[in-house]
Amino acid sequence: MGAGAPRPPFLRRKMRQTVDRVEMRGIVKRFPGVVANDRVDFDVRAGEIHALLGENGAGKSTLMKILYGMYQPDEGEILVNGKRVRFRSPLDAIRAGIGMVHQHFMLVEPFTVAENVALGLPSSRRFVNDLDRVSARIRELAETYGFKVDPRAYIWQLSVGEQQRVEILKVLYRGASVLILDEPTAVLTPQEVEGLFRTLRHMREEGHAIVFISHKLNEVLSISDRITVLRGGQVVGTVPAAEATRTGLARMMVGREVVFRLERPEVEPGEVMLEIRDLWAMGDRGVPALRGVNLEVRAGEIVGLAGVSGNGQRELAEVIVGLRRPQRGAVRIGKTDVTGWPPAALIGLGLSYIPEERIRDGGVPEFSVEDNLVLKDHPFPPFSQGIFLNFPEMAHYADRLIKDFDIRTPSRRTPLKSLSGGNIQKLILARELSRSPKVLIAAQPTRGLDISATEYVRRRILEQREKGTATLLISDDLDEILSLSDRIAVIYEGRIMGVVKSEEADIEELGLMMAGVESR
Amino acid sequence: MSDRVRSRQYAGLLIHLTPLFAVLLAFFVGALMLVGLGVNPGTAFKSLLQGAFGNLNAIADTIVKMTPLLFVGLGICISFRGGVLNIGGEGQLVVGALAATAIALAGKGFPGWLLATVALVTGALAGAVWGGIAGFLKAYLNVNEILSTIMLNYIAVYGMNYLLRGPMMDPLQVKLGFFIPQTARLPRAVDLPRLVPTRLHLGALIAILVAIFVYVFLWRTTIGFRIRTVGMSRRAALASGINVRRYTVLGLLLAGLFAGLGGAVEVLGVHHRMFTDGTAFGFTGGAGFNGIVAALFGRLHPLGTIPSSFLFGALLTGANKMQRVVQVPSALIVALNGLIVLFVVGSEVIRRRRLRRLEKLTIVEEEI
Ligand SMILES: Nc1ncnc2c1ncn2[C@@H]1O[C@H](COP(=O)(O)OP(=O)(O)OP(=O)(O)O)[C@@H](O)[C@H]1O
Ligand SMILES: [Mg+2]
Repeated sequence: MGAGAPRPPFLRRKMRQTVDRVEMRGIVKRFPGVVANDRVDFDVRAGEIHALLGENGAGKSTLMKILYGMYQPDEGEILVNGKRVRFRSPLDAIRAGIGMVHQHFMLVEPFTVAENVALGLPSSRRFVNDLDRVSARIRELAETYGFKVDPRAYIWQLSVGEQQRVEILKVLYRGASVLILDEPTAVLTPQEVEGLFRTLRHMREEGHAIVFISHKLNEVLSISDRITVLRGGQVVGTVPAAEATRTGLARMMVGREVVFRLERPEVEPGEVMLEIRDLWAMGDRGVPALRGVNLEVRAGEIVGLAGVSGNGQRELAEVIVGLRRPQRGAVRIGKTDVTGWPPAALIGLGLSYIPEERIRDGGVPEFSVEDNLVLKDHPFPPFSQGIFLNFPEMAHYADRLIKDFDIRTPSRRTPLKSLSGGNIQKLILARELSRSPKVLIAAQPTRGLDISATEYVRRRILEQREKGTATLLISDDLDEILSLSDRIAVIYEGRIMGVVKSEEADIEELGLMMAGVESR
Repeated sequence: MSDRVRSRQYAGLLIHLTPLFAVLLAFFVGALMLVGLGVNPGTAFKSLLQGAFGNLNAIADTIVKMTPLLFVGLGICISFRGGVLNIGGEGQLVVGALAATAIALAGKGFPGWLLATVALVTGALAGAVWGGIAGFLKAYLNVNEILSTIMLNYIAVYGMNYLLRGPMMDPLQVKLGFFIPQTARLPRAVDLPRLVPTRLHLGALIAILVAIFVYVFLWRTTIGFRIRTVGMSRRAALASGINVRRYTVLGLLLAGLFAGLGGAVEVLGVHHRMFTDGTAFGFTGGAGFNGIVAALFGRLHPLGTIPSSFLFGALLTGANKMQRVVQVPSALIVALNGLIVLFVVGSEVIRRRRLRRLEKLTIVEEEI
């Protein structure tokens, strides 16, 4: 190689044709038992943010996976700049300048950020030598778009929000001019959402075309230029954001009026059911994530744990449910000291858990809906007799939960992994709430749910409160915490900054505590 | 429209036939090698088929060869489904066989059926201990099970060599001064009954019953459910209250149990004594490894493992005959066996990928 050796191919700024307009026409996609997309027309232009709305299972992700070349449509066509194209795989789509950030991340956990970014690149044969340059470019991009990311950090060390940023970086790195974001804000804190929106607006000005999927109507209204609503795989309509309203959109999505208010009857709290005393635990990165947490939740009470994500919420939940060892302190359920107990024993005591990472902790993707619904209770009657599983009972129970919780699935034998994101969440909720729990740890229970499902889940959690369940509600969504909780605890850097009654809560004050200012 | 449906069904059928193509391809490459050696491949393969299926005796021999593969393969179904890779079939066969031999020799004079049963059970338990050790090491000390099972294979072989050259050696050998490393012949009362007047013995039937048992165990019991859950997602298993360590141990323990039973059956049904040529292969004929392939070929399904073990059993018996008839070096037989394994495993990867694509994507007709 002579002087001026060529830069590695993936760093060369390839002159891509810029995308002015992407169109999908008459897209039909069938899966066994469902028509996920039914003659869908959709288009997005350079310099606009086009939001895609719809209930869980409406077909949003499917439509975007078709645009990204992951699925082949049964019918219909895709046009880029008016020219008909066919994407046989995501590689084709990436080459055409289309990038996608998935609802469920697709990162390699044992790899670093830089390795993950370099990994999927079509022609990065020599990336091992060039990780430094990749890292430098990552820092550059992160700076431009206002992210904080350490290129040398391992994925498994990152919070969900941070992993999300890596996914976005991956797409930006490839210089995509069409960016598809499938529920990007579901895992972000309000501050992070603001940051993301700044980035997106910046990108819009630079002439990117952006597709944005979200269930949060406020976000959709504030960021997008046009909004397309899907219902049951069909387009209900496309409207300019300027002319849309929350209630109007909700009606389009659900097909009926949606109530945004919740009934919260008075419940006299009972005995302390969950008690946490001076709890210390390490985080994954080897620094203490919990530094002396004290908290109690009474029967019939919902305590909301508010805080910027990454301040120990996940670790606290994991210690309580037995997935992480505490270093010091005690956890009591009822009168029993359960510190360090394995999950099995805790489940036996009536502890239910809605994990934040539903796919990883909440179920087995390859197992059927039915098997996942009895994942915890299969060793007990009526689901088994002796060591034999009782299939008719399992089927009966599964069918009932599918109906009660409105889990959209072709059948109970469908594997969990082919359900839409929101329906996976509904399944986990169904399993956990139907066990009549004494104590419920609910981490981000409505993340990724559509408005009617959110309404439904919140009602179920309140119902559970009336039945005397002690609930610890961990949520990044302050509105959710305010509308459900009896008391609100704020966590900051592994410590509880203060606990306030929710009637007396003051958003300003909560915000200060979340930023680390002690309460009065 | 219906064209598309048909083309999809057609593609589906083809995908399921890939393993068959793989075997044919392996034979084709094998044929090239035979030609290279100056042997007429037609004659060679004809003798192979005859050796495997030519007459009642041949079929019986094929089934006899199938039996240990099936036992090992069934254990593999359980452990692989439980997310642990058991490479210890050889060692587990050996310890099972040794334990059964010791019991059968020690219990001379007891009623045959009783002694045989006790010997089989002891063999199974010895295998279970051998597998269980690896399971314990993995679950509690985080020792990689591939390494530990391979190490345990060595330990089993050296233990066998020591015992057969020492304490367990046939007293007659010692008296005559031949010192062949083998035990005395087991009492005839413990010989497994013959099913037809061939070498076919009761062991094959036991193996098939065990296959049905394993099927029921994996898919109809809570324990099987848990093993499969652990195999699919340790994290989700843990979170749903499954004692992941216990089921890790159990997976390897059961793999060892069935392999150990297989070893005991080999002794009581085929060899009627324990012997060694210094390696595990001398006794097992590689069943501890071929059983893994048989299980994979049977898609880790206990019932699928029956026909696939039968296929590999046929290959082994047929190859013997072929070697005798066309006088090719035995290395070629090993090579052919290896080729089939390679192609089948390779085709399995392709088949899965295609199947996944077929599930996900609709096959689209070529445009224009
Ligand atoms: N790979 C697949 N196999 C079978 N069915 C699938 C598959 N992917 C999606 N589906 C089905 O297609 C429908 C649409 O799913 P999709 O994931 O597009 O919904 P969504 O609008 O993204 O919902 P959510 O808001 O819950 O993410 C659902 O009924 C789902 O069960
Ligand atoms: Mg989706």
